[in-house]
Amino acid sequence: MRRWVLIALPYAWLLALFLAPFIIVLKISLSDIALARPPYMPQLDFGAGLAGLREFFAALDFENFWFLTTDDLYWKAYLSSLQIAVVSTFLTLLVGYPIAYGMARSAQEWRPTLLMLVILPFWTSFLIRVYAWMGILSTEGLLNQFLIGLGLVSDPLTILNTNTAVYIGIVYTYLPFMILPIYAALEKMDESLLEAAEDLGCSKFSAFWLVTIPLSRNGIIAGCFLVFIPAIGEFVIPSLLGGSDTLMIGKVLWEEFFSNRDWPVASAVAVVLLLILIVPIVLFQRNEQKAREAEG
Amino acid sequence: MAETAQKPKTKSTAPDQAFEPWEDPNAKPLIEFRGVTKRFGDFTAIDDLTQDIYEREFFALLGPSGCGKTTMMRMLAGFDMPTAGEILIAGQDMAGIPPNKRPVNMMFQSYALFPHLSIWDNIAFGLKREGRGSDAIAERVEEMLRLTRLERFARRKPHQISGGQRQRVALARSLAKAPKLLLLDEPLGALDKKLRQDTQFELMDIQEKTGTTFVIVTHDQEEAMTVASRVAVMDEGRIVQVATPAVIYEAPATTYVADFIGDVTLIAGEAKAHESVVEEVVPEPEVAAPEPLVAAAEGERAPQPNALGEWLHDRLLTRVLGPRKAAPKLLPAPEVAAVVEAPVAAPKAAPTEGLAIHWAAGQPPLVAANAPPDWAGKRVTLALRPEKVAISKARPEAANALQGKVIDIAYLGNISTYHVELANGSMIKAQMANTRRISRRDITWEDDVWVSFSDTAAAVLEE
Ligand SMILES: Nc1ncnc2c1ncn2[C@@H]1O[C@H](COP(=O)(O)OP(=O)(O)OP(=O)(O)O)[C@@H](O)[C@H]1O
Ligand SMILES: [Mg+2]
Repeated sequence: MRRWVLIALPYAWLLALFLAPFIIVLKISLSDIALARPPYMPQLDFGAGLAGLREFFAALDFENFWFLTTDDLYWKAYLSSLQIAVVSTFLTLLVGYPIAYGMARSAQEWRPTLLMLVILPFWTSFLIRVYAWMGILSTEGLLNQFLIGLGLVSDPLTILNTNTAVYIGIVYTYLPFMILPIYAALEKMDESLLEAAEDLGCSKFSAFWLVTIPLSRNGIIAGCFLVFIPAIGEFVIPSLLGGSDTLMIGKVLWEEFFSNRDWPVASAVAVVLLLILIVPIVLFQRNEQKAREAEG
Repeated sequence: MAETAQKPKTKSTAPDQAFEPWEDPNAKPLIEFRGVTKRFGDFTAIDDLTQDIYEREFFALLGPSGCGKTTMMRMLAGFDMPTAGEILIAGQDMAGIPPNKRPVNMMFQSYALFPHLSIWDNIAFGLKREGRGSDAIAERVEEMLRLTRLERFARRKPHQISGGQRQRVALARSLAKAPKLLLLDEPLGALDKKLRQDTQFELMDIQEKTGTTFVIVTHDQEEAMTVASRVAVMDEGRIVQVATPAVIYEAPATTYVADFIGDVTLIAGEAKAHESVVEEVVPEPEVAAPEPLVAAAEGERAPQPNALGEWLHDRLLTRVLGPRKAAPKLLPAPEVAAVVEAPVAAPKAAPTEGLAIHWAAGQPPLVAANAPPDWAGKRVTLALRPEKVAISKARPEAANALQGKVIDIAYLGNISTYHVELANGSMIKAQMANTRRISRRDITWEDDVWVSFSDTAAAVLEE
């Protein structure tokens, strides 16, 4: 009995929080827009019995998915999201790896403090932090005041409402997700391996390249997925920090839902996004699995 | 521990000339430690160490855990810098030379195998850094795999093989580059005896073929005896004695070395000129002050019962165990009656020179011919190897013969060690080859026996 409960629990969790919402969204994406509340047809009417059910399924179609291919806005938005996600994942890695490396090499007694500093931003609201970046990056913002004060630039830089601001926002927001898995991998690493590499003729740099990097590979991969996957669907950062030409699928989705009130098309966009994300999610899971096996 | 370990070594270039560069004042050492001190914080791991190691040597470091063996190796390999003093390799000061620029390879005590690389790639790692051709690398790796009998595991990762196999990978990896100087930190500890012996001979073989200099750390003295040209016994960051295995074993410099290497009975006493002994058949009372064996000296550090313990013992345990001994581990002093009654054996074949060591009341002085006569009057310790002590039921014709009772027999297969308690409570270990089957053995527990040894059997050590 207890074992049964233990097994059922995660499945119930998955069912309630992932599968059920997904089926609802999928159903909406197959429906038609309607001036009603909720704004789509058909609705499932259990009172009508088997005939009503048959009628309900007959009304579902792939029209909205077809629509996505007719307007180039959508695939451009997908591509642009992918591009922004890839670039910002790479930037996050560039910033995060040295930080994780420094933390793993720091004195033992400092590590908990450093770890807490990495997690500290989560203690305030994400929205507030993004707004803070608006204050920093705007033409009259802190950054420009600082640069002009130093005399480095004469005219204020336009950063806010460009893709640059989006990259800054994504790197800033998802940095901890990059640092933590890499740190975990580096911290486990036995330092005598580096000594062994040097003993066998490596310079410090090639020892890093041939030993440290491969041994933190799983951390790097995990960190990249943890940044890449949410970054693709990111909505708040592009809409607050990005400009009118920043095209991201999360923003398109939001506009379909709330500006156009076209729930079926919005749902279709969401379903396609999910299908796109399944590939990296499966790859991520496989990487985690392999890492566990290598350890075990 | 057997003398067979000191088999002749063929390390010298000329077969009849012994390999002893340390005896040659013109020989140039490969490694020179000059006043090297290493401190970690306020802990001194290596204390003002000066030592030369010569080319083609097989230099063994022996010592208790934490005495600084690994630290010495790490300084040679370049991972730790001396706090003071300098280290020279081939005449060149190693200060500031990084590990990858030193003509040294080290096998790590923790193996330090690369977990992301296969066994094959682990062994090839150093070779690839040298930029050799891939054919040459493959050939060398195969050779190393064959040598360490790892061919079957070449494609596995380190976590997929056993501990002993991992140790062999580490060994193969350090051997692969055939460096001028090889540092092996406990290279064979995880191997079974057979494989260990085979590998020892392989190492000696490699050493002979390539002329590599080996510095090897081992906890196994038999191994040190087998492979080493010289053995250094270390204690708390200092080298206590450096000598050939035979000298270390037969003529230890201090009781520490004697006790650390092999099995030994230590007997402390006062040396007198030998002639005087023959006349004084009964020892003088003041000389006969009870002298516990040094072997039991650790009893001084043994926990003493506190007041409650004493009370408990007196109230409860006395009935079962008998009266409490004041110092539990010290062997009891002989009773006065025993002094008078004990048969005092005057050596029959008395040599004319040497020392007589008065060590316990009621026991005959022990005769030692292998000590300078001017040590008479000093306090000395006799270090007696069990295999040099014979055991018999009848009184033997020997320079030294003592009577006692067999308390314990340790059966070791080819030999047995007898623990014989003398009348004054002292213990002496004697060893005998098991030429007969156990059931036929005539000496057994509680038997009254004689232990005997010649006047040159024991090493005489100044205190
Ligand atoms: N990095 C370090 N920091 C502080 N103390 C150290 C450090 N490395 C070694 N020590 C100390 O130096 C002493 C010698 O250590 P070392 O590793 O050389 O011992 P060892 O002779 O190799 O012992 P074992 O036979 O157990 O391997 C030990 O007491 C150890 O605690
Ligand atoms: Mg060690």
